[in-house]
Amino acid sequence: MPARVITITSGKGGVGKTTTTANVAVALALLGKRVVCLDADIGLRNLDVVLGLENRIVYDVVDVIEGRCKLRQAMIKDKRLSELYLLPASQKRDKSAVKPDDLVKICLDLRPDHDFVLIDSAAGIEEGFRTAIAPADEVIIVTNPEVSAVRDADRIVGLVEAAEKGPAKLIVNRLKPELVQRGDALDTSDVLDILAIELIGIVPEDELVLISTNRGTPAALDDKSRAGMSFRNIARRLTGEDVPFESFREEANVFGRFAKFLRGDGRTS
Amino acid sequence: MSWFKRLRGEPQPSSRDTAKQRLQLVLVHDRNQISPGMIELIKDEIIAVISKHIEIDTAGVQVSFTHGERENKLVADIPLADGWRTRK
Repeated sequence: MPARVITITSGKGGVGKTTTTANVAVALALLGKRVVCLDADIGLRNLDVVLGLENRIVYDVVDVIEGRCKLRQAMIKDKRLSELYLLPASQKRDKSAVKPDDLVKICLDLRPDHDFVLIDSAAGIEEGFRTAIAPADEVIIVTNPEVSAVRDADRIVGLVEAAEKGPAKLIVNRLKPELVQRGDALDTSDVLDILAIELIGIVPEDELVLISTNRGTPAALDDKSRAGMSFRNIARRLTGEDVPFESFREEANVFGRFAKFLRGDGRTS
Repeated sequence: MSWFKRLRGEPQPSSRDTAKQRLQLVLVHDRNQISPGMIELIKDEIIAVISKHIEIDTAGVQVSFTHGERENKLVADIPLADGWRTRK
């Protein structure tokens, strides 16, 4: 079966697109899927460092497009998972070096031999975003449970629909269960009420994500990371498995519950 | 200070609820690409047109968006002036 091409985007920068792309790609490969992740953030290459593959890059996606190398020469095989590949962005060039049709063609070449192509989009709603969604069969929007990220995600929902790539699916990243229970952060249900798209994952805030990124070994490889578990659940949902959504209720600490009891005002319903 | 208030049980909207309400409001304008100022302008013009024919309570006129899932409506609530129903 030819690959599904999934673009991961967000509107707002810094919500965890690249981390999500890397971790979902790793988690899909752990399930035995043949995965290519393509960094479409031209000029701001980062998927390579998150995956820990930065030292092995010789060619990049712009070299492929401009004919300096073959597609297979630019694809970097992961150290840990034999069916995971990275197609890196160029660090020297800018967004204009890659046109929507270029990515469509690259994905056409990748489809027969893989199960998933994950495209890490540039932030924003301009050229980089439009190029990244051009080859997509599906779009996943990553947001954080805070007002500016959700507002930008809403904009992206509309643009994805207008581009006839919708309806997009949603990942709520960096949820802080303790803050939600205290009534001081939007919950997943609030974000879903507002954006009205299908949820595919909830990823809790987890310092192991930062630590694993420091080391270049995505959290999805870490059995102890609760975010890693959420990324693995997302991968399973993408393959069609019915995995219940995490509630994280029990994650909130004892002190938080005690404070809520003291207030006794039920604000956190 | 806020701890003190909380201990005394004074009700205070949670920042979660405030965030949600503010988002819902701002998105209505984002989705319709109409600024809050434009709504005021529309309201004034509606009042002007209707007032030509019917006596209305201009202070009570409300023009706002209501939002469903991904579909929004512009709703104008226009109360008639006192005495309208009591045909003199």
